[in-house]
Amino acid sequence: MTKYVDQGKNDTRSGYGAGMTELGRTNPNVVALCADLIGSLKIQQFIDENPERFFQIGIAEANMMGIAAGLTIGGKIPFTGTFANFSTGRVYDQIRQSIAYSGKNVKICASHAGITLGEDGATHQILEDIGLMKMLPGMVVINTCDYNQTKAATLAIADYEGPVYLRFGRPKVANFTPVDQKFEIGKALLLSEGTDVTIVATGHLVWEALIACERLEAQGISAEVINIHTIKPLDAAAILKSVKKTGCIVTAEEHNYLGGLGESIAGMLGKEHPTPQEFVATNDTFGESGTPEQLMEKYGLNNKAIEKAVLKVLTRK
Amino acid sequence: MPKIEELQDVVVQTRRDILRMVHKVNSGHPGGSLGCTEFFVALYHELMELKEGFDMDGADEDLFFLSNGHISPVYYSVLARRGYFEVDELNTFRLINSRLQGHPTTHEGLPGIRIASGSLGQGMSVAIGAAQAKKLNGDSKLIYSLHGDGELQEGQNWEAIMYAAGKKVDNLIATVDLNGQQIDGSTDDVLPMGDIKAKFEAFGWDVLEIKEGNNLEAISKGMKEAKNRTGKGKPVCVLLHTVMGNGVDFMMHTHAWHGKAPSDEQLENALAQNAETLGDY
Repeated sequence: MTKYVDQGKNDTRSGYGAGMTELGRTNPNVVALCADLIGSLKIQQFIDENPERFFQIGIAEANMMGIAAGLTIGGKIPFTGTFANFSTGRVYDQIRQSIAYSGKNVKICASHAGITLGEDGATHQILEDIGLMKMLPGMVVINTCDYNQTKAATLAIADYEGPVYLRFGRPKVANFTPVDQKFEIGKALLLSEGTDVTIVATGHLVWEALIACERLEAQGISAEVINIHTIKPLDAAAILKSVKKTGCIVTAEEHNYLGGLGESIAGMLGKEHPTPQEFVATNDTFGESGTPEQLMEKYGLNNKAIEKAVLKVLTRK
Repeated sequence: MPKIEELQDVVVQTRRDILRMVHKVNSGHPGGSLGCTEFFVALYHELMELKEGFDMDGADEDLFFLSNGHISPVYYSVLARRGYFEVDELNTFRLINSRLQGHPTTHEGLPGIRIASGSLGQGMSVAIGAAQAKKLNGDSKLIYSLHGDGELQEGQNWEAIMYAAGKKVDNLIATVDLNGQQIDGSTDDVLPMGDIKAKFEAFGWDVLEIKEGNNLEAISKGMKEAKNRTGKGKPVCVLLHTVMGNGVDFMMHTHAWHGKAPSDEQLENALAQNAETLGDY
């Protein structure tokens, strides 16, 4: 299997910005909206190259969601941009009625998701957004793991007809997936084959899962690592295939265990193939201020937490 | 251009449709629907430039967005009688498996509807988006929208009102149905909103009033003036003074019929005041 190496740390939001730049050049229907966070969303180049296709909404996220819905009615493909918290919880009803229920082709692109937003603290960190979005009928939910994957996902969702929630983050993290990858919505990626345990990770926890996998290998434990970038629709077949081989699973995400990827997988396995599962996720709590690394450590969201969860789930087989 | 008498016939028939639809399922919102009947009829039969048939993008035609979706009965009746779908389908209003949901939606594919509405305060943002898409597309047709006055209590409207003026969305005519009523009573009792005209003007809109919002000629004159004021750098607001429940004497000037269906006797009385013109569905 491919051995994944860090090609140089970068932030996933810059992957979004790079994707938008490319879409600006290749897809004339793509328009970008932003609620006073151009710098945070890394879309200045898109704006410079396509000023007429950029809508600065101001600090008015509800209005942004409605305007995005309206823009689709002229055949545009709107990409909204703000922090994950203000992309979801703040505007849930606007997304529900004007976008999801109305079946509008809006791409809700959310930066600074999860606890790694860091020092701004819990008012800005959201650990509930995957749950909020996956509950909406027809909504595709994607959480990318690195710069390259985020860029690829940004390009892919422009070609998909329907509402999408694309979740990414603030800090510079390992960039390890191939630069030329094809992003297939709803398709899991097998990153490392193994036989003892399945680790399914999304977002920033994918790199942590790969590190944990190496450490487990040194202890004689063979872990299979799967990257789920699309939480909805979930690639149940890939997960089932793996757990039928390994017999246990650890899910890892930067999100509350309630409503997250782990919950989706637990629900699916409960129905299809009951399997011992441990959750690496936050435990129904708000975050707090701190550096991303400190917070990942304190809230149990790093490679050590994954390793610990694997050792525990192995005892439950 | 249809004669005023012909439009009046549509108005009366639309009132009958509204009353019969709501009565049949013993639910729905007749008061606001009746109050806006003349406006809808003027809009769809005289004022808007519409293509034949329906497609979601609505290129090269005027578009209408209903923000206060609970007045779906008048919307459905006018759409059906304008030819968007069979008039007989009005029979299915609020029934299981119907395209005529309690509040309008695109979800069941009903021709004429471009956005779901019902949860209040969202329609102006959508209308602005559609207006900006028209500008991007070089499409000179207009966007019309309708909002309840009580609905202006929702904060999202004021985000949208600020934005439309700030960004010079001047291909939009947003009409506010000023009937002074909402579910719990008069708007002044529930939450006084002050001088709505002054508020829109302070936000940078061009505002005009139609004092007789249940008079077809007044509506036609006022809306044509509104159209003349588009394209001049400001969004246009029409304050449409209407009477809730208009055309049915016992439903007028009260919030009581906001969301209540008439009994059998009340229906008979109401229909007697509005004799059949174009044929019931």
